Amino acid sequence: MKTIKVSMRFSPDIVTKPLTYHLIKDYDLEVNILNANVGLNKIGQLVADITGEEAKIEEGLKFLKEQGVDIRLFTRSIIWQEEGCVHCGACTAVCPTEALTMDKNSWSLTFNKEKCVVCELCVRTCPIKVMSVSI
Amino acid sequence: MGYKSIDEINEKIKSGKAVVFTAEEIIDVVAEKGIKQAAKEVDVVTTATFGPMCSSGAFLNFGHSDPPIRMCKVWLNDVPAYGGVAAVDAYIGATELSETRGMEYGGAHVIEDLIAGKDIRLYAESYGTDCYPRKEIDTYINKTNINQAFMFNPRNCYQNYIAATNTSDRTIYTYMGTLLPKCSNVTYTTSGQLSPLLNDPYYRAIGVGTRIFLGGAQGYVAWEGTQHNPGQVRGENGVPIGASGTLAVIGDLKKMDTRFIRAAVFPKYGVTLFVGIGIPIPVFDEEMLMYTAVKDSEIFTNIMDESVPSRARPALGRVSYAELKSGFVMLNGKKVPTAPLSSIKKAREIAELVKMQIMKGEFLLAQAVAELPRENKVNTLDIREGDN
Ligand code: SF4
Ligand code: SF4
Repeated sequence: MKTIKVSMRFSPDIVTKPLTYHLIKDYDLEVNILNANVGLNKIGQLVADITGEEAKIEEGLKFLKEQGVDIRLFTRSIIWQEEGCVHCGACTAVCPTEALTMDKNSWSLTFNKEKCVVCELCVRTCPIKVMSVSI
Repeated sequence: MGYKSIDEINEKIKSGKAVVFTAEEIIDVVAEKGIKQAAKEVDVVTTATFGPMCSSGAFLNFGHSDPPIRMCKVWLNDVPAYGGVAAVDAYIGATELSETRGMEYGGAHVIEDLIAGKDIRLYAESYGTDCYPRKEIDTYINKTNINQAFMFNPRNCYQNYIAATNTSDRTIYTYMGTLLPKCSNVTYTTSGQLSPLLNDPYYRAIGVGTRIFLGGAQGYVAWEGTQHNPGQVRGENGVPIGASGTLAVIGDLKKMDTRFIRAAVFPKYGVTLFVGIGIPIPVFDEEMLMYTAVKDSEIFTNIMDESVPSRARPALGRVSYAELKSGFVMLNGKKVPTAPLSSIKKAREIAELVKMQIMKGEFLLAQAVAELPRENKVNTLDIREGDN
């Protein structure tokens, strides 16, 4: 078993196709959608964790490509050096997926890695430089 | 009728009997006991802020070399410091950029590294004089081998500030953080109900000589800050709506702690310094207590369009800090996410720390020796011909 994180972009004509349904049913994959941005008549984007047998994942990705889906694998991830963080919140101003939010009670930064789409905006924005990308 | 003088409060602090609350805790205390009773019981309310404050820096005295030098141009880790004062004095400003590393490292980083006890490369040039023959020096300094190192910040601790957004079609990079196109975010930068001057709107308690917590050390209010603008529009509760009063503060850099002073880089804008300030407010009467009990829902500011490259930026709406802190505000009928730039968590940590220091008798209050101006007008810089 293996888990990969993948971004799928697709054009309006295939937006409505139940892509994830096929991944689950035909390839026996577990699909955990982390971020979805799908609207009618515009480019859709899904970010998901896909878990399953390596060979099935390969086949599933091949199927997606055949459907005209633009696939990008996340090989990098964001590292938050929490000890250095001053919890200013500047990074939450740019995070597009609410992976970074302020806890309204403690006013601590919370980082929900699952929702992160590795856009790296926080890396550039953090004034203290405690956000970085793993290589 | 006043209840207590600073001397009386200090006596209580010394005997470990002072009753102290933070400016957040006092809200509930007042709600529960009422102003009259709470004013009798409470001695001090602690306020704090931890935010980016560009107008910061430090005076350093390096001591004399042999043969001595009258330093004219000074660099610290390749960041220019101002040497136009006496022979071995210099001022390192927080926003100055490194001549070799640019925006990645600046005066604020030099200050943080000094506080951390790191060695800093000092390079200085001079034209040489009869009494100071040396023309160049290249050495290392740190906070233990130099003489004085005191932070002197001409403008800190803004009493309220704007909230910012961007109506243009492109992302803009500002001192208010990264502002996304088409009003997709709003940033704000005060700790609201915890912030020092929002708890003392008419400067009744805070004045020249007030002892404060500055970056982990005890420091003082030195003067009104630059651009101090008490004439700002105020609400019925006296709290200004937008940027208004400011403080110039001073304190011993050698005793500071990097937990409360941090260098910061705002992308494509520049280097600045996160400064942690705590100010205890003596509850000498009911009126003072009433001011310290101010809540986020009673403090307002204007949302400004930072994409307009002009001094007179248009205000797009008025919001309370309760709204800003809720995570979103309504702007032209649209729900827009908000983000703070000053750390409320750190401000709380400071307010709590000062409270504990007072309760343990380690922090005595100082009577202000002069009041901050309550009226004045801010001048603008106009481009004009000289008089002669
Ligand atoms: S911008 Fe940096 S320092 Fe500020 S909360 Fe985010 S990670 Fe922490
Ligand atoms: S890289 Fe940073 S800004 Fe982008 S989604 Fe992840 S946490 Fe949010």
